[in-house]
This record gives sequence, C-alpha cells and structure tokens, in this order.
Amino acid sequence: MELLLDSLFNGVAIGSVLLVAALGLAIVFGLMGVINLAHGELMMLGAYTTYVTQLIFKLPILKPYYNSYIIVSIFFAFIVSGVVGILLEKTIIRKLYGSPLETLLATWGVSLILQQFVRSVPLAYGTGLVISLIIGLFLPTTFPSKVKESINFKYYKFSSWIFAALTGVLTGGVISSSISKLSRASARNVDVTAPAWMRGQVEIIGTAFPKTRLMIIVITLISVIAITLFLNQSAWGMRIRAVTQNRQMSDCLGISTEKVDIITFGIGSGLAGVAGVAVSLLGSVGPNVGGNYIVGCFMVVVLGGVGNLLGTVLASFGIGIMTDLIGAGRLLSIWPDMPLPLSNIINFFATTSMARVMIFALIVIFLQFKPTGLFPQKGRMVEN
Amino acid sequence: MTLSKIKFDKKIILSIWIILIALIIAAPTLLPVFRLNLLGRYLSLSIVALGVDLIWGYTGLLSLGQGIFFALGGYCAAMYLQITSSSEFPNNIPEFFALYGVEKLPFFWEPFRSPVFTFFAIWIIPALVAGLIGFLVFRNRIKGVYFSILTQASLLVFFNFFNGQQKLINGTNGLKTDVTQLFGQMVGSESIQRIFFWITAIMVIAAWFFAKWVVKGRFGNILIGIRDDEPRVRFTGYNPVIFKTIIFSIAGGLAGISGALYTVQSGIVSPQFMTVPFSIEMVIWVAVGGRGTLLGAILGAVFINYAKSLVSEALPASWMFIQGGLFILVVTALPEGVLGWLQGDGPRNLLQKFGFKRKIETYPSLEVKNKEGK
Repeated sequence: MELLLDSLFNGVAIGSVLLVAALGLAIVFGLMGVINLAHGELMMLGAYTTYVTQLIFKLPILKPYYNSYIIVSIFFAFIVSGVVGILLEKTIIRKLYGSPLETLLATWGVSLILQQFVRSVPLAYGTGLVISLIIGLFLPTTFPSKVKESINFKYYKFSSWIFAALTGVLTGGVISSSISKLSRASARNVDVTAPAWMRGQVEIIGTAFPKTRLMIIVITLISVIAITLFLNQSAWGMRIRAVTQNRQMSDCLGISTEKVDIITFGIGSGLAGVAGVAVSLLGSVGPNVGGNYIVGCFMVVVLGGVGNLLGTVLASFGIGIMTDLIGAGRLLSIWPDMPLPLSNIINFFATTSMARVMIFALIVIFLQFKPTGLFPQKGRMVEN
Repeated sequence: MTLSKIKFDKKIILSIWIILIALIIAAPTLLPVFRLNLLGRYLSLSIVALGVDLIWGYTGLLSLGQGIFFALGGYCAAMYLQITSSSEFPNNIPEFFALYGVEKLPFFWEPFRSPVFTFFAIWIIPALVAGLIGFLVFRNRIKGVYFSILTQASLLVFFNFFNGQQKLINGTNGLKTDVTQLFGQMVGSESIQRIFFWITAIMVIAAWFFAKWVVKGRFGNILIGIRDDEPRVRFTGYNPVIFKTIIFSIAGGLAGISGALYTVQSGIVSPQFMTVPFSIEMVIWVAVGGRGTLLGAILGAVFINYAKSLVSEALPASWMFIQGGLFILVVTALPEGVLGWLQGDGPRNLLQKFGFKRKIETYPSLEVKNKEGK
C-alpha cells in the first residue's frame, strides 16, 4: 500500500511537470493548429526569468522579501514568455496560418535563435530587451481612444517604441552594473535555489515528499484551474472557443480573429513560462533545458486528443505514472515472484532512458487503435 | 525565358558532365586532405537530402526522423569494420566489449562478419525499419504534422535505445571506424579515404539518377498527387498507404547508404546522429536548395554544410543565429528554395523590380500593342 502510494505520488509529480509544460502547447496546438517547436525555448526563458528574479531579490532593497521571489517570478515568467510569444505570432506565425509544416520549420529556427541568444547575450541586457518589448507592445494600447483614432497614431506608436528602447537600455545598464553575475554572457548552466520555506520534506501518511515537488503540483493545479475557468467562463474564452470551432463564421459574426489569435498564442506561451519556473526548481537551468521536454509534451497532446484539456490532464498523469512504474522497476516490487522472462524484460527497461523507449513504443501502439487520441474531436471540422 | 525552359544542347550537357567527372577525379590532388574529407562527408549527406526531397518535396511527408535510418546505415558499416578487425583483441570481439565485461558476442553482430551481408544490410535494414514505421503510421491515416511528431518521437526512442545500451553497441561512445582495418589498411588512412571519396561521388550521381527515375512517370505523378490532394488520389482508386510506405522506405534506404558513407569518412558513428537537431537540419538543406528539385537537395546539403564549417571556424557563436535565420527566411520569403526560385518566376520578378520590362509570352498581340503605345 505504502509502495503504491509512493509510486502514485512520484507519477503525479512527473506528470504534473509534463502537464504544466504541455498545457500551453495543448492550447496553441489544439486551438490554433499551430506547431510551436519554440515552446521548449519559451519554457527556457521562463526558467531564466526565475533566475534573474532571484538575483534581483538578493539586492539589498528587496532582500527582506526574498522568500516570496518564487511567487513573483511566476508572474514575471508568464509575462516574459507571453510577450515573446506575442511577438513571434505577430512577426512570423501569422504569415504561416494554414501551413503547419512551414510553421514547424520556422519555429524551429526561432528556437535556435533563442538558444544562442541566451548563450551570447548577457542576461542583464536580455532583461532590458524584454522590458522594452513589453513597453513597446503594450504602451500604445493604453492610449486614449482619441489618440488611437487620429491619423498621427503611427507617430505616437513610433515614439512609444523609442521610449521603450531607451527604458530597456537603461534597465539593462542598471541591472548589469548592480548584479555582476548578469553582466557577462555565459553558456554555463545556472542554478535556481528554492527559498528556505520550500526546502525539506513534508510527511503525508507516513511517506516523505519533497516540498519543491509539492510546489510544482500546486503550480500545475492552479494553472489548469485558471485556464479552464478562462476558457469556459470569460468572454474572451468564449471567443477563443468559437474561433476554434469555426473560424470563418466567427469572423462573420464580428469576432476579431486576429485578436483571438494573439491572445491564444500569448496565453499558451505564457503558460510555457510558468512551466519554466517549475522546471527551474527541478534542476539547473541551461539553454537546452526546453529541448528535453518538447517531444514529451507533444506526445501528451497527441495522446490526450488535440484540443481537449481533460485529455491532456489524463494523458500527462498517465504517462507520468507509467514512467515511474517502468523506470523505477516498481512492477517487480509490487509483484515479486513473477516469471523470470517477464522480470528480465522489466529489468531491461528499468532505467529512465529505457522507460522513455517503452513509453513511446506504447503510445505508438495505442495510436494504432485510437489514432485521434483518448478524446477525439467530434464533428465536421475533424475531417480536415 | 525561364531557366527550366532553356533547352540545353546535348553537347553542352555532355561537356558539363565531362567537367564534373574530371573535377571528381582530380579533387584529391586539388584539395588538401582535410577539405577533401569534408567535401566527401558533405557529398554523402546529400544522399540523405535526396531521400528527404523524395518524401517531403514530392510526397509532402515531413519526416523529422531521417536520423534513425542514417544512423542505422552507419552502425551497419561500423559493426562490419569493427568485427573484421578484432582478431587481436580478447575473445576475438571488438575491444570495447571488454570494458563492460562482455565475453560473448551479442547475436545480432554475427551476420556482420560477412561483407556481402553488410553490403545489403546498409540499405535494406534502414529501408525495412522505415517501411515498418511508415506502414504503422500511414495505415491509420496519420498525416501532416502528426506524422512529423511521431517520426520525431521514434527518433527519440531509437536515440535513447542506442544511447543506453553500452553492452550491445557501446552506448554513448559510439563505434569508431578510423582505426579499423579494411583490405589490410587503416580506414582512416589517406589512400582509403580517397577511395571512399570517389565511391561517395559515384553514389551521389547514382542516387540522383535513381531518384529521377523514381519521380518520373506514373509513380512520381501519384506521389505528387498525394502531396497536393490525398483524398482525391484515394477516391480515384489508388491506395496512398502503399505508395507512401514505398517512398518512405526508399528514403530510408538512401539515408542508410548516406549514413554508412558518412561514418567511414568521419571515423565514428554514435547516437549523436540520432539527435533531434540533426534530423531537422536535413530538412533545411532541402528547403534552401529547393524542394521538389532533386538537384537542389544535393546542392543545398553540400553548400549549407560547407558554409557551416567555414562560419563555425571563423565565428563559432554566430552559426546558430544564421541557421535559425535561414529556417525563418526560407519559409517566409523563399518557400520554393533557391533552385525553385531560379526555375520559376523569381529572376523575372526581380528584374521587373529594377525597372526591366517584363516580357509577356502568352499573348503576342498584347506585346505588339505595348510597343505601339510607346
């Protein structure tokens, strides 16, 4: 019993990392049909945001609030990845709607650029760039409608970009002069240390669980609930669902599909940033951190059925529990006296990498029977 | 006049071929050993690019898992070389086995003692694996991006498997070939490498003719039909599954040959051949060269790799930026690739932008009017 509980918890812990990483992908891929191979790199940006936030909170002014930096960094990561995602949508992906294979290649190019960017640009100036992007994209939307409708709006927009660029350079300079760790570019991995209240373990029904794992489960839970509420209860959520079901008809009914695309992509990317915070708690953060998760995320989305959040949740926990059962060889301890050939096979797959082999093989076999995943979409739109 | 419409004289074509063959024969004396070796490697990569062009450019299947077949071919060649030159080592088995305390040769190594078996295995094994994966996927009408994702997942399966099995195929370290013996000489030696260069050059030309033959005629038409409108092909009475499986295994076989040639020239085969970035790179060679133009795949593979090595020597950090930019640029601005652009309307459109008047060919009467208007 205790063993089963242990296995269940480990499975849920692995699954919740997968889930929070796959959630954004499920939204972007499921609702918009866009394959975003840069999703892993958006996660990486979220993880780096956590690192930068941590260092900023070590400054003398913010030192008293150091313990809360992880909460703040969740919001920061959401905004940073979301803004980069919006920029990506506005510049590249918008041109490629309807040709998913081209989108796939273009986003791979973006992911290469982002990886090299964090390697060769000092993080302080990277932060400055992101801040100027945020200001440049959002400042014009806050102008009063009188300004927005005037002919000179493009000049206002232009001047707000100049202001944004100046602010960015200034913040970059300030950060790089005050935090020496961020002033040099480095390809080395960095470490995020959890605040004191998140270290150690908690005992639940006689078994010790690390607190960081619990924190990740909490983050995942909040993200899932928030995104479900948003999609099902808010006006924009309804518009997103409408565009998903029938883009042309929604357009005819006066929904701005352009705005819906931006919001959907922004939220999907932002969730990648939140996943990045979770990932940064698990191990060191490097430019390649996102690449380790991206294929697993796609598997979750495909297995769960495209465009279905419940499927995504079930698929990621299923994969998580299976990974733990196979990878740690737990089946043997649950059923100690199984026949020798079977136990040999289980021992053969009882490592993390071989468990992945087994899981992917099982998914491919599963897709033979249910090609559209656990919860296939119904209706006419499926035909295309 | 577009390039594709220019009818080359037979004499010109013949002289191009003669120059090409002369260059191939003379290359070992013209180029330093290092550059020759690089050129040989890149030429062998162009064979896998031809396969990618067949499945992506002609059939519309974007496979992100060609690395599997590439590496399988490489492993077949490396296993033969390792096992034939292991007579001095304990137990008559390759040296690395001793590190992991393995005394008996794993069973699947045995057939690789025979050069004939190896010769066939290099392309048949990858083709069979590709056919199997392809059939399982196509049977369920999984297509488009789902196919791409599944091939990428299979790539990871193979990578993890090869990476984790030290006792079977030396895991992460891979199999070295440059210190093994072939016909009593070191494979890494200059004379053998020169022969491999020539074999590679011949294979590229052979593969090109083979690919041209495949896409010619009705078979090629069906492939293009599948790319452009698969349901219509099915409604006309053809079964796309068979054609897709065949072309996917052909591409797999080409990848295997390419991997074997690459392995013997680079001196090692390792699971690194099965990493995700490498397989996506293969696609970009074809995309830049021009998909659906077989020559574009060859030129793309050779030129991009040469550019990669030159840029990486000069400015190591900038190659990733350039490569990423290439992906974005070729997809958004030049979707038909360089050769496709040259063959299509590209040059004429460019000339028009610089003020040259565009010749209208279809309606001669209009042209006359234009001149009179002046």
